Amino acid sequence: MARIVVLGAGVSGHTAATFAKHWLGDKHEVVVVSPNSKWNWIPSNIWVGVGEMSPEDVVFELAPVYKKAGIDFKQAKAVSIHPEGKEGSDRPFVTVEYTDPNKKGETEEVEYDYLINATGPKLNFAATPGLGPDEGNSLSVCTYLHAAEANTHFQNAIERMKKGEKVKFLIGTGHGMCTCQGAAFEYIFNIEHELREAGVRDKAEIKWISNEQFLGDFGVAGLHIKWGGHIVSSKVLAESLFAERGVDWITGAHVKEVQKGKLQYELLDGTEGEETFDFAMLIPPFSGVGLKAYDKAGNDITDKVFMPNGFMKVDADYTPKPFEEWKASDWPKYYQNPDYANMFAVGIAFAPPHPISKPAKSVNGTPITPAPPRTGMPSGIIGKTVARTVCDVIEGKYSLEEVKEKGHHASMAEMGAACVASTGKSIWNGSAVALTVYPVVPDYDRFPGTGRDPEYTFGEIGLAGHWIKHILHYMFMWKAQLKPGWTLIPE
Amino acid sequence: MADYKDIQKNITPYDDKTYGTMIPGPFQRFLRTCKIWQFIRFIIINLKMLAVVSKSHH
Repeated sequence: MARIVVLGAGVSGHTAATFAKHWLGDKHEVVVVSPNSKWNWIPSNIWVGVGEMSPEDVVFELAPVYKKAGIDFKQAKAVSIHPEGKEGSDRPFVTVEYTDPNKKGETEEVEYDYLINATGPKLNFAATPGLGPDEGNSLSVCTYLHAAEANTHFQNAIERMKKGEKVKFLIGTGHGMCTCQGAAFEYIFNIEHELREAGVRDKAEIKWISNEQFLGDFGVAGLHIKWGGHIVSSKVLAESLFAERGVDWITGAHVKEVQKGKLQYELLDGTEGEETFDFAMLIPPFSGVGLKAYDKAGNDITDKVFMPNGFMKVDADYTPKPFEEWKASDWPKYYQNPDYANMFAVGIAFAPPHPISKPAKSVNGTPITPAPPRTGMPSGIIGKTVARTVCDVIEGKYSLEEVKEKGHHASMAEMGAACVASTGKSIWNGSAVALTVYPVVPDYDRFPGTGRDPEYTFGEIGLAGHWIKHILHYMFMWKAQLKPGWTLIPE
Repeated sequence: MADYKDIQKNITPYDDKTYGTMIPGPFQRFLRTCKIWQFIRFIIINLKMLAVVSKSHH
């Protein structure tokens, strides 16, 4: 009997674990280690953050779902990986520390035959002084609890505006190296929509601040779509939406510090500025969760297994090179660790070879570049693909050494992504930007100029997008709870 | 949604932001919430997204 241990139960880890168990049945063991007791459909946190959904609408308890599936669930956080085992045993293992209230603080060594690291990101609020709900100076929608807190402040702001007060909203990214611009984009337009619905739009000043070099970069170097008979960049699409809804913007900004009611930033041209706000929702930068790695003798090999940003090394080309020399082939296909073949990293946990957006530094040398997004559809596809490969190895179809010849692959340079960014939640007058991008990482050799296939890269704004976003919420909550037909719902 | 003419007031000549943007006209804005047209787009967008999904699994 083989044992697969999956670290993390987000989109990628949950997908990998549930499909692996579905394919392997009771002949083999699947263990999930996650510090959270609940699964969260993160895209809908945006609606929690404006009061259109409750936190309970976007989460469910993992334990009963895993019990039904026959997956061993440990509510614990992974602390260290020991891929060579320890003195007296060659069996690799992970040290975990329980967060389960019944075993809180207890540690355990969980042995594995195959490890899928899907730990996701650490929300690195500490990278910017004063950033985040813990410091109390800005809000977040990255977790359902953060989103619920943001909504409390949002409802208070609406009450103040109804009494005649003016309120300034500042939404965007809280550091020069942030990713997930799309979440902030969704949030700002849902804020704008809700303020109109509440009849207080005229009392609000809404402003965007982001590390993107141009509006609509989204961390994927922007995209080009067919629109009104033209090939149009996402810059035009985004600026059009901002101008239409009366939202001002600052781009190319690294937020240096957030204080109560104001923040300081630096721009690409080196100028510095200050923005005041009554309500700020700023996405933090991400880093790895801080897992350590040790060899058999107990020596620290964290640098061998992980990149300096804490994400796990996989089969990518990490050779530093300038933007002009980046290739689609730099991106990993199999997500297999180069030193330990039975270790894989999926979703946000794998280390990307470089950003997707063109790197930029301010004239003072401050890096201001969106980090590459790896959430949502790519995370699900990568999780499922790696699970399929591991199951094939367990079933003897090929060996771990043959994964790069015979394994299933899911390079972000060969994969598309569908993204639906809500711009107002209402069945009859809501809207969303429905986008697809193919491939996620532009391949300028295959598609000169735009880097992407114009037939499969498109976008439009409308009510249909909102319907799709709404349906996706229920569809993925259904799928993640392993309800009848869940395997038929695509990632 | 703000009136179309109000939105035009957001444009400032020689401004490097708003002067370079496209503002959707009344018909485009009507189409965005027209239930019949949006139902058609709903079908088309779903088919396109399924095509992208199918090209992404190897």
